[in-house]
Amino acid sequence: MSRHSHVSPALVVRTLAAWAVTLLLFFPLGWLFLTAFKTELQAISVPPLFLFEPTLANFHEVQERSDYLLYAKNSVVTSVLSTLLGLAIAAPAAYSMAFFKSKHTKDILMWMLSTKMMPAVGALVPIYVLAQTSGLLDTQLALIIVFTLSNLPIMVWMLYSHFKDIPHEILEAARMDGATLWQELRLVLLPLGMGGLASTGLLCLVLSWNEAFWSLNLTAANGGTLATLIASYSSPEGLFWAKLSAASLMAIAPIVVFGWFSQKQLVQGLTFGAVK
Amino acid sequence: MNRFLPRVLMTPAIATLFLWMIVPLVMTIYFSVIRYNLMQPDQSGFIGLENYIFFVTDPSFWPSVLNTVLLLGSVILITVVLGIALALLIDEPFPGRGLVRVLLISPFFVMPTVNALLWKHMMMNPIYGVLAQVWIFFGATPVDWLTDWPLLSVIIMVSWQWLPFAALIFMTALQSMNREQLEASRMDGANYLQQLRYLYLPHLGRSMAVVVMIELIFLLSIFAEIYTTTGGGPGDASTNVAFLIFKQALLNFDAGVASAGALFAVLLANIAAIFMIRLVGKNLDK
Repeated sequence: MSRHSHVSPALVVRTLAAWAVTLLLFFPLGWLFLTAFKTELQAISVPPLFLFEPTLANFHEVQERSDYLLYAKNSVVTSVLSTLLGLAIAAPAAYSMAFFKSKHTKDILMWMLSTKMMPAVGALVPIYVLAQTSGLLDTQLALIIVFTLSNLPIMVWMLYSHFKDIPHEILEAARMDGATLWQELRLVLLPLGMGGLASTGLLCLVLSWNEAFWSLNLTAANGGTLATLIASYSSPEGLFWAKLSAASLMAIAPIVVFGWFSQKQLVQGLTFGAVK
Repeated sequence: MNRFLPRVLMTPAIATLFLWMIVPLVMTIYFSVIRYNLMQPDQSGFIGLENYIFFVTDPSFWPSVLNTVLLLGSVILITVVLGIALALLIDEPFPGRGLVRVLLISPFFVMPTVNALLWKHMMMNPIYGVLAQVWIFFGATPVDWLTDWPLLSVIIMVSWQWLPFAALIFMTALQSMNREQLEASRMDGANYLQQLRYLYLPHLGRSMAVVVMIELIFLLSIFAEIYTTTGGGPGDASTNVAFLIFKQALLNFDAGVASAGALFAVLLANIAAIFMIRLVGKNLDK
């Protein structure tokens, strides 16, 4: 495209259209943000209020009513630990599949993905019974185990598609030069595979943070994550929109802000190496 | 290199996944052929296929299967079509493109429970909701979304969450479009529709496969959005198979019937998996 001193009309139209669509799609979140700083009366005012004096009262009330920090801590602990554990199990498997490909590799990958398609609800009764008999009901550990296992297929697949793009020759050269397996992994594979590990980890962090099914069914007041806290606002307090918004905002802000900073890496990783 | 090492490295992942699959499966099969109601612990024993018959002849069964397919199909269709449109719109540079990208991806990071409550109350409430206000502004009668269009409401919520994901995947793919080819086709007098048909869409084939695959995996058993908004109703209008099983297990306390239902869900997942393997296997093979 040639650069002129004047702005082309096509660019203006495209810019306006893109911004209009974006603001439309972002509106519900923006509205949630605004409502969190309103009084309950302002929240349901007709017509909707865009200009008002913001208040922090809702956030205080949410914290008083339910121990936000406990739920937030559970969310952080379960998502971070399950991500680390998942990477520790998935990375060796992905390495092995990518660099020592056998004729079963593809079948194993497909099998792994197919376990992910089994609806969680299918395993609800047995997992609930197992958690109950082992005393893990309503604990962080139960969620860490379940999150790790349910994210594992995606992690192996994502890491595999990253690792297989690393040229084998580099690893072989290192081996020829007498590098031990540990050196090969630490000095060659780790730097080259860092991008893949990062985007896989990021995705799992987001998925675990937002996971609702197992959190709702396996935990309550002790091991509950922010997803359970919000669900508890669903019926009676649903009528108090300002408080609901404040609680929601507190639940999603950490992961959304985190996502903003890592979105490029994350999207790149999600393409499963199929999209360049 | 030891030739056993690759297998040793794979073992933890395969073993844990195998256990994760087989233990619940065996237990589910066992529960599905016994009488197992959490409210009536005194009644137990082998009852054969009774639970299966009960689940399949439940009047909610076929509606829930249909809803599952409708939900999945609509969301995939909406996100793929609008996602491609959006990706084409923001493909070339314009002022504020970086910020647009960040704002667009945001709904993808919102947890399903918040997504559901946000739409249920602040957007779709028939009196105070934003949509009702917009309808009134244009002189229309506000719609009571969750009562009159429950399944559509859930489809809107889920699509809102997954559209950004699809759009950004397509956008990433578009960046590797061959610009010279596009330029050449323009020289040859191809219009935009022809470029779309013969250059853009074929280029997006693989990313479409990826989007469909990931959405299939995550949307086959949508739960939180239904649980926090419609509760499957009114009637069965927004009950999918996952929610029906949940109802049997935790609302009717009938773990036996829920287990029979779960095995049906596994069957459904396998049908989807076969479809997926065909689709993805074809598109991801190098």
